[in-house]
Amino acid sequence: MIIVLRRGLVVGPSSTRVADVVVRDGRVVDVASTVEVPAGALEIDVEGRWVGPGFVDLHTHLREPGGEAAETIESGARAAAVGGYCALVAMPNTEPALDNAALVSYVLDQGAQTPLDIAVAGAITLGREGRHLAPIAELAALGVRLFTDDGTGVQDAAVMRRALEYARPLGVRLAQHCEDESLANAGSMNEGAVSSRLGLVGRPALAEELMVRRDIELVRLTGAAVHFLHLSTARSVAMVSAARREGLDVTCEVAPHHLTLDEGSCAGFDAHFKVHPPLRTTKDVAALRHALREGEIDAVATDHAPHAPELKDRAFDEAPAGMLGLEHAAALAYEALGASSCDPVRFFEVMSRGPARVARLRADDDRVRHGAHGGAVSAGEDANLVVFDPRIEWTASRDQLQSRARNTPYDARPLRGRVTTTIAGGRLVVHEGQLQ
Amino acid sequence: MDRDTDARVNQDHSIRGRNLLTLDTLSDRAILEVLDTAELFVEVNQRTIKKVPALKGRVVASLFYEESTRTRLSFETAAKRLSADVLSLAVASSSVKKGESLRDTIATIDALGIDAVVLRHQSSGAAHQVAGYVPHVRVINAGDGLHQHPTQGLLDAFTVRQVLAERAHARGSETGTELFEGLHVLIVGDIRHSRVARSDVAAFAALGAEVRVAAPGTLLPASLEGWPVEVVDDFDEGLQWADVVGVLRLQRERGTGSFVPSLAEFTRTHGLTVERARRLRPGAIVMHPGPMNRGVEIDSAVADLPVAVVERQVSNGVPIRMAVLYLSITGDPKETRS
Amino acid sequence: MDAHASPTSRARDTFVARSLLLTDDDVRRAVRRMAHEVVERLRDTESLVVLGLQTGGVPFAQLLSASLADITSHDVDQGTLDVSFYRDDLDRRPFVASTTSRVPVDLNDRVVVLVDDVLFTGRTIRSALNALADFGRPRAVQLAVMVDRGHRELPIRPDYVGKNLPTSLSEEIVATVAGVWIGTRTPA
Repeated sequence: MIIVLRRGLVVGPSSTRVADVVVRDGRVVDVASTVEVPAGALEIDVEGRWVGPGFVDLHTHLREPGGEAAETIESGARAAAVGGYCALVAMPNTEPALDNAALVSYVLDQGAQTPLDIAVAGAITLGREGRHLAPIAELAALGVRLFTDDGTGVQDAAVMRRALEYARPLGVRLAQHCEDESLANAGSMNEGAVSSRLGLVGRPALAEELMVRRDIELVRLTGAAVHFLHLSTARSVAMVSAARREGLDVTCEVAPHHLTLDEGSCAGFDAHFKVHPPLRTTKDVAALRHALREGEIDAVATDHAPHAPELKDRAFDEAPAGMLGLEHAAALAYEALGASSCDPVRFFEVMSRGPARVARLRADDDRVRHGAHGGAVSAGEDANLVVFDPRIEWTASRDQLQSRARNTPYDARPLRGRVTTTIAGGRLVVHEGQLQ
Repeated sequence: MDRDTDARVNQDHSIRGRNLLTLDTLSDRAILEVLDTAELFVEVNQRTIKKVPALKGRVVASLFYEESTRTRLSFETAAKRLSADVLSLAVASSSVKKGESLRDTIATIDALGIDAVVLRHQSSGAAHQVAGYVPHVRVINAGDGLHQHPTQGLLDAFTVRQVLAERAHARGSETGTELFEGLHVLIVGDIRHSRVARSDVAAFAALGAEVRVAAPGTLLPASLEGWPVEVVDDFDEGLQWADVVGVLRLQRERGTGSFVPSLAEFTRTHGLTVERARRLRPGAIVMHPGPMNRGVEIDSAVADLPVAVVERQVSNGVPIRMAVLYLSITGDPKETRS
Repeated sequence: MDAHASPTSRARDTFVARSLLLTDDDVRRAVRRMAHEVVERLRDTESLVVLGLQTGGVPFAQLLSASLADITSHDVDQGTLDVSFYRDDLDRRPFVASTTSRVPVDLNDRVVVLVDDVLFTGRTIRSALNALADFGRPRAVQLAVMVDRGHRELPIRPDYVGKNLPTSLSEEIVATVAGVWIGTRTPA
């Protein structure tokens, strides 16, 4: 199949230019001001739209195996494609957890049936129980490059230290959900003025910040690499930035919801706004946006967490935490980066190139089963591309989702910017916003 | 917090035709309307035939996920004295609780044709959620988690006004907010976990009282930002200041080392003991929402003193709840939109 | 009390008087005449209880009681009745009463004279009869009104009338012990 993207704004790693992009047999074969359209090619006019490397999500809960009522690998991949993603990292907090080679292989095999590249994050500890190390080396041999007990963090500092010491020579990165559960106190929203007024038990910012601090010190001690998942407070981001400046091997992500929603959203007791770490203060939101623009954040990662509708209809404190992210993330990142003042280079950095680097999905990484992601949009690359139109105004709707679940907090929210085309592995997966 | 300020700016000036989910957003006018209406129902409750046909043919469902015989009986009595039909579901002890979502349960009851639902739930915000599921039904919050217990706050304010009005030989409804202005109200005990405290603070502050709270450090809310209260570190100091002392119930499991070292130590620092009662200001009023842990937050002898208005609080529960049901069910929300 | 004007709507509306129909002296004379009629019809005046309907009927009830006491040379039991919670139109015009019922004696086997300012549709009186039943079982209930303006919607007839005033529906009657006016009511 030959696809020609006509006259789009091609967004490279440091600059942009208006050009045509030709895709043939799974690769980008030509990027030039004007190209001759080969016979039989599908020509798509993308004038005014941004053409860049397909998005990469570092943080997707696909729920398979065990949670198929909420999402499957297949439905999650569809949601991702519509959101402009060409690759994603499946989180290991399935039932049972992805803590062994058989389960990891199962998810990789199922993922291979989808048009996208589905990478897997393995569990750090068996059953994600925080006690005994999972077979990290065996999973690394299957191509697993990220390990996490996400859902919760590794609570025991000694266990985390061992895991880091074990991971370092294997060249894999541990990703941490930073929340000290003893301080988080089984709370259901950010601790502060709002939670105190609403009578909801709070999860203090400190629960997150203490673990960020602890893990930075453990990185200093062990020389290993840590990726900080979904940072939600101003201080967390500041600590990670400082550690990075010191030369420690730390990376971090923020979730779209932490960039666009604050704790005030919980005032109506709608459990769709319940997430861990919780939605924080307006000041935190502003600080995260600032850090994102300043390049202190490696990735916007969705923490796409599908839940069956009846579970989100429970009382706020009884409902599970988590919200959908894949289908609205691009528009939300665009908003967080300033909408009309959004720098397209920065946008593709946090949506594609940064996360591809963290997940080690780039062309020069030691890929085992996947295509290359987060490229420069130049001839010879694997054709994982997305076209984003920053001019489209649309409205998020709970009833128009590819995901099996409906738990988006953005129902009826006006959005700006939408993915019109997703080309994954050279295949046209999404055309004019529609799945093919 | 911006939203807190917003909540107070967007005040409701009446509960007519509206849900009663929280006292946080009610203006003094809205609260006085309930108190004044309740005063009329006090007269009805003194008749031989304690019943008026105001809600004849209306159906009030009482849905209690958390057992509370006192509050349930009080609401159901109120509904019956207004001639409403009462559908009583003690969910706490039925099979409904197991597995069925709040949305499904309320949909089932709604299908029977109801005008209002009185909801008690162990989770904060449950009443807000139900109000979203059945917008055509009036929802009365009878206590949700740690959040609010609006009718308790209203009946506490009503009781205080009643006592003060009697002393002044006035009719409460003729006094407006006058008796509350500058009144010193001290709320003591487990503020953090108390929906009664949240409703009392809102009611008394809206009516113009000065409100202070006294509690062990672990039993204060994580943040008091936006609360119209001052914290008193020394309960004894607060006692000498207070015209009204609202004693809160301490759940026994909180007094066994998790929040305070022991019940005995709580009594030592924050219990209303006989010794402390001697230091009450002349004319001070002592309240307790019940049921009391005699010997823990309040000494048995103090609870039986004339200054303690605990029984009055209980009997005022019925007229207050009649007023709330009457206003909420019969009122036209269009007339009262602020 | 006018059945088509709730206290809340009254508070918001403005009454524009067209003419004075009865002066305060006329009112006093009419009430005194009604008192004589009551005594004439009722030999056993000891059993009388006069109940004024809140709020408009109360001053007339007081005036009537005073006249009765004068004529019979003994005090007449009196009280007030608020019918707010007995109305059949709470749905259409919900309102909050500001008054209470005060029935100081046991009504069983007494003769109750209900007193109101203006008799119009009769719905207030129906509510009053229902309310009365909750206070006891009187031997008889009679109705005295200062003005009967017609337009009945229920089979209710007054026993004693201060003044019959045929009116049109667009007109409004205001009857107080200070006088009776006819005019119109316009929304504020």
